[in-house]
Amino acid sequence: METKIGLEIHCQLTGVMTKLFCACHCDYRGRSPNSNVCPTCCGLPGTLPLLNKKSVEFAAMISIALGCKIPLEIAFYRKNYFYPDLPKNFQLTQYNAYGITSIGTDGNVRYDEGKSAGIRRVQLEEDPGRLVYESGSIETSTYSLIDYNRAGVSLVEIVTEPDFVEPKDVRVFLDKVTSILEHLGVCDTGLEGAVRCDANVSVGGGNRVEIKNVSSFADVEKALRYEITRQKTMVSKEIEVKAETRHWDDARKLTKESRTKEEEQDYRYFPEPDVPRVHLGSSFISRVKESMPELPDARKERFVAGHGLSSQVAQVLIDRKEMADFFESALKVYDSPAEIANWIVNDLMGLIDERQRQERSIFSSLKIRPPHIAELAKLVDDGSVNRSTAKQILSRITESGEMPSEVAKQMKASKIDDVDELATVIDSVFKSEPNAVEDARRNPNAVNFIFGKVMKATSGRADPKAALDLITKKLKE
Amino acid sequence: LQQLYKLDSAAISAGVRNREFSAEEYVQQLLERIEKIEPKVNAFITVTADGALAKARQLDKRIRDGEEVGSLAGVAVSIKDNICVKGVRTTCASKVLDKYLPPYDATAANRLFEAGAILIGKTNLDEFAMGSTTEFSNKGPTRNPWDIGRVPGGSSGGSAASVAALECALSLGSDTGGSVRCPASFCSVVGLKPTYGLVSRYGLVSYANSLEQIGPFGRTVSDVTAVLNVIAGHDQRDHTTAVTSPQYVAGRDRQLRIGLVKEFTDDAESGIKKIVYQSAEKLESMGCKCEEVKVGALDHVLASYYTIATAEASSNLARYDNMRYGFELSPEGYEWNSYYSKARSGFGEEVKRRIIVGTYVLSSGYYGKYYLKAQQVRSVLQRDLKALFKKYDALLGPTMPIVPFKIGEKVDDPLKMYLIDIDTVVANLTGMPAISVPAGFAGGLPVGVQIMADDFQEQTVLDAASMIEKASDIRRSPEL
Repeated sequence: METKIGLEIHCQLTGVMTKLFCACHCDYRGRSPNSNVCPTCCGLPGTLPLLNKKSVEFAAMISIALGCKIPLEIAFYRKNYFYPDLPKNFQLTQYNAYGITSIGTDGNVRYDEGKSAGIRRVQLEEDPGRLVYESGSIETSTYSLIDYNRAGVSLVEIVTEPDFVEPKDVRVFLDKVTSILEHLGVCDTGLEGAVRCDANVSVGGGNRVEIKNVSSFADVEKALRYEITRQKTMVSKEIEVKAETRHWDDARKLTKESRTKEEEQDYRYFPEPDVPRVHLGSSFISRVKESMPELPDARKERFVAGHGLSSQVAQVLIDRKEMADFFESALKVYDSPAEIANWIVNDLMGLIDERQRQERSIFSSLKIRPPHIAELAKLVDDGSVNRSTAKQILSRITESGEMPSEVAKQMKASKIDDVDELATVIDSVFKSEPNAVEDARRNPNAVNFIFGKVMKATSGRADPKAALDLITKKLKE
Repeated sequence: LQQLYKLDSAAISAGVRNREFSAEEYVQQLLERIEKIEPKVNAFITVTADGALAKARQLDKRIRDGEEVGSLAGVAVSIKDNICVKGVRTTCASKVLDKYLPPYDATAANRLFEAGAILIGKTNLDEFAMGSTTEFSNKGPTRNPWDIGRVPGGSSGGSAASVAALECALSLGSDTGGSVRCPASFCSVVGLKPTYGLVSRYGLVSYANSLEQIGPFGRTVSDVTAVLNVIAGHDQRDHTTAVTSPQYVAGRDRQLRIGLVKEFTDDAESGIKKIVYQSAEKLESMGCKCEEVKVGALDHVLASYYTIATAEASSNLARYDNMRYGFELSPEGYEWNSYYSKARSGFGEEVKRRIIVGTYVLSSGYYGKYYLKAQQVRSVLQRDLKALFKKYDALLGPTMPIVPFKIGEKVDDPLKMYLIDIDTVVANLTGMPAISVPAGFAGGLPVGVQIMADDFQEQTVLDAASMIEKASDIRRSPEL
């Protein structure tokens, strides 16, 4: 049975300063409800939308990075529907019809080895406000509250063709898109709700089911696996799969029918009269192209060709911009690409648990920084510590943030086996405890007292065997 | 005692500035006048008496202190109640905005205040500016000061009536399909619809965004020019404003090439037709060249106008769900959709009618058939008029095909009501400027003529209007 999976990814442009059509801050997180609003984003009578040019530029960058065509002119349309999180009861978005298209169309993204997915369109639109349910869920609440702080934030919707077959591929693709967004600097993908993904899936040419409410990309994969199994089971039992929207139940790890009434919506799209068509022109497009930072593919290529990394290692690094940046910062401190990459990709990642690995930002919860890895690599390269000690050091500094050389010194010092250093300590103990020395010379059992003093003087770090040997030798002098 | 309320804006601002009388005295007289007149006319929804007096005293003090004051210093203006003024109730004559206090000024209003004008009140209108008679108001109809049994025109009927009845010198209205010019004609005052994009719409409660403009009323062309000079020009809060800040002059005689629109004149009542021809003759006597022209593409303009206007309105008015502002209606016991239904049943009949029509023309499968077709009619009309304006500086015709009619006469026949907008909607569909200037009386009722010109040719429109004004010498205010 052929499986077809398509995706709708919503990405907030957190990299712009203000909302899409007003001057309110686009960073609404952590603010008290309805404090990040103005007459325009509240949809008060008489207000007019003012288009944020930076958002158009960012949306164009995303489109270009996803291989899309960009039209010379774009327009905004009203999507009319009633919902309490929409201050105007319509959403300003884009629409492909009547000779006008959204900012990106007909794109293509290559991911993994030799796989690719078509991008149907990229469009720029406003995010609605947020509904807060009194009891946490729509089904058990008697009332809900509305917070418009998010209303009007720039949102880019990326719609793929139904080109995916395997849930695993979806995951790889989503990692790639996320990394692209990170590299473009348009979206802080680590912020809660900054990137959201809905998926639709059908098996054996049957009806399409849309899965919503998936909060993380790892869950997209899980939700798809569940849904494909569910649909295949139904088909094998000759039960028709309904065309419907299902919600991902994160707690029970399954998709379930949404309780909200399903009806065919007529959005009555028409062009927004208050935002004239935006003429982009070829110079805009070439200017945006020039201003675009290095993308993951180019960066990977550079890591492979320039730093001699394997394709797999380079891929792990560029899947997260944060990690690739970490790698390059470490290189600036100590130029040993293979060693450093190896420490990051194999050892450091090995220390991180599955839950942490699903966060977009791994390093924000760790104390380790590029200079640490650089120094560690150097210590190994110059033979100061052996590889197994270095791994112990890494495990410690990841949490503590101490410098590897300090830790190495401590670990080394914890066994003072240097003869001269031990002899100095023993000398001073002999001087300060003449009576005990006399005792020991007569009674071998009294040697323990001196040994104890030596251990005390070295805070227990003296190598016991070496110390005892030296003490016995000195007693015989 | 000098009757200050009769003065036009130039005389008021000169008098206040030169301290011949104080702004306070003037405002006081107006408030007394309003108190006397309002029971008959009902032009105002809100009279801002305290605010106006406070502002007048403030202005008088500034003048005594020798401070610079603006070009409209001390002049009382009324503002249509669909234009936002900070902290002043703005109801759109609708139950759904009954308690609404805007937190900001409309740009046009703000520019008037900055120029020293004093807000005397917010005027009555058809609910959300949808109507041509000011009968569709939840505050009751405004009455025509020339005959209080008749309609003042609409939707800015309160604005026109307040100026005609000497309750203020100037007013701001809005014109979506003739809503400034129709009441100007019916009340024998001057009313201008500026070129689309000349005046900021920021703060004008949207009815049909792509058609409407805020426009000034005055008893003279020169008063209207004075307001236009203050409110016109680019506003960074409105993407659709043109990047320009023009200044206009009043009272110039010019030898204009004028086309007399045959379709408009032919369809007008005979008394009106006569006045239009007389106006043409007067213009000719002053050196203009007038000849009859046919616009041609007028067959579908009303259908096109009502398609676009209702489509945009159906979406614009969706926000009135009573969740963020509005009137008292407890949400207790309602689920969203039923609350929406309950709240939105607060709209009046005409507004509901237009929302339903607009929802229909935009619905899936009909967009191409109606909305898109209407936009095509609009382009054709625009192209044809552009061509005409290569030959003529201005087009002349009646503003309205009929004289003011009795209150209640057409209220039950929406189609008949829509038909009277035939002469005015052309300027809204094309975006071009048009003015209505008093030109005479037919059967004792006011008749205005309309002058239309090419985009941003407000100066031509004002020149032609001023010539008709000079030649006609029409009374501007009735005995009340």
